[in-house]
Amino acid sequence: MSHPVRHPVPRLESAGLDGWLVRLFDDIDEANLAWIEALMGACEENFGAALIDLVPSYTTLLVCFDPLRMDGGEARRRLLTQLAELRPREGDAESAPLKTLPVWYDESVGPELKRLAAGFAGDIAAVIHAHTQAEYRVFALGFAPGFAFMGGLPASLEAPRLATPRRRVPAGSVAVAGRQTAAYPTVSPGGWNLLGRTPMALFDRHRQGHSLLVVGDRVRFEAVDRETFIELGGDPTPMEEGA
Amino acid sequence: MSELARLRVEQAGPLALLQDAGRFGVRRLGVTQGGPADPHAWAWANRLAGNSWGAAVLEITLGGLTLVAERDAWLALAGADLGATLDGEPLTPWRRFRLGAGQRLAFAMPRVGLRAYLAVPGGFHAEAELGSLACVVREGLGGHRGEGRALAAGDALAFRAAGQPSGPEEAPPAVRPDYAAEPRLALIPGAQIAAFRGSSLFAAFHHPWRVDARADRMGVRLTGPKLECAIDSLVSEGIGLGAVQVPPDGQPIVLLNDRQTIGGYPRLGSLTPLACARLAQCQPGQRLWLRPQGREAAHNDFVRWRREFD
Repeated sequence: MSHPVRHPVPRLESAGLDGWLVRLFDDIDEANLAWIEALMGACEENFGAALIDLVPSYTTLLVCFDPLRMDGGEARRRLLTQLAELRPREGDAESAPLKTLPVWYDESVGPELKRLAAGFAGDIAAVIHAHTQAEYRVFALGFAPGFAFMGGLPASLEAPRLATPRRRVPAGSVAVAGRQTAAYPTVSPGGWNLLGRTPMALFDRHRQGHSLLVVGDRVRFEAVDRETFIELGGDPTPMEEGA
Repeated sequence: MSELARLRVEQAGPLALLQDAGRFGVRRLGVTQGGPADPHAWAWANRLAGNSWGAAVLEITLGGLTLVAERDAWLALAGADLGATLDGEPLTPWRRFRLGAGQRLAFAMPRVGLRAYLAVPGGFHAEAELGSLACVVREGLGGHRGEGRALAAGDALAFRAAGQPSGPEEAPPAVRPDYAAEPRLALIPGAQIAAFRGSSLFAAFHHPWRVDARADRMGVRLTGPKLECAIDSLVSEGIGLGAVQVPPDGQPIVLLNDRQTIGGYPRLGSLTPLACARLAQCQPGQRLWLRPQGREAAHNDFVRWRREFD
């Protein structure tokens, strides 16, 4: 990684009586992850049973604690101590788990392939090539359980959201919006550009860890054909007309 | 050993959901907290049923629900007055009562408040998902049959039939909110408060707000003076319960139990948990006020309230 060393200038912002939002950076950058993950580890060690939830996102970490065990002042003191000693997780990018998602890229399940191909002289294969060549990092989970926002999208695939969001985006849909990519864990409304579909279960309440992707993961997409997609458990039902 | 009892659902109404205290520790996976929209009434229902904090209670929104007992049971009701009747006889909330085998408990329509809480000794039984029974329809998690399903006609709710519960039979009048009164909801100012225009801040705390019809367990939109903020949007970040976000249209949205875990609108601050509880009982059109409260005072109020249920 060729990132210059980034040092956070953390600010603590009130997030209600049971939370502090730690703002570590102002801009989205992959190098933020090493700091955010280090702070998550420190909170888990330091807050013990008083820790209720951690919500990492691109530039911030929301720390929710149990007000019966700790007041806001005490939580703030602990966070400031942790921040003073914080070091980024070493070798973060190299040691992050690499997960590969098979994707069936096809216009029947990826209606925006054509729109994206406009930037490649109409060549859909070039869109697929660009999407599968890049390596992505998970910056945040949100919107729905297991929905991972991944950064690292090549500029050539940058595309605005749809003017009118779809009411039903099928589960497994692989999509891009802005400079990010994602896969929809369950059927839901959504305004991202759909390129294909993965047969992988992105969220499974019965599976250890529940979510296939977590913040910090490295992700690659791998193109598979229709048969392989179905063999892996994928549902090839085409997008509904006007969906 | 007590025996398994069941309440049969004859008619489900618009929205009846099992709720324990909520789902915690998994918000980093994009899983929201769920739990009772009004924890005050929820906690009292549990207390009147002789339960400690956290047992699963039925949250009944708007009414329209009819339940039949398969055997004699003790139940407790708190929160909104949804025009409940027991075999046709009026039943007021904030008390424990006996439902005999074959008797019919029916909820009509809201008279005051929006959400009633029905508790049984020991709590309703169901399989926990991600550590909680809290029913979140949007996520397909929790509830009486798992998969985030609301109650439907023909369903049954299981619990252990127990003897007369211990503890108070009736909630003292002092703890029963007057849902018809205009609430003054406490708001802890947030980090972006300085980005709002001075006149907007004055208006936020000196003009009344109205609860919009666009209100559910994810959030409640308020209509009133247009709040102007120098910030349009932020990089998405974790949002806590009660966060008051202000999108570019200047009309605030208070984020409740089923909110998305991250969001990117500037925030005026956060309603306290008790203010959220009170807001959850406001019908559309209800007039209310916002009042700033310091973090420490809000903490002390909350801890004093919460210790009541230990």
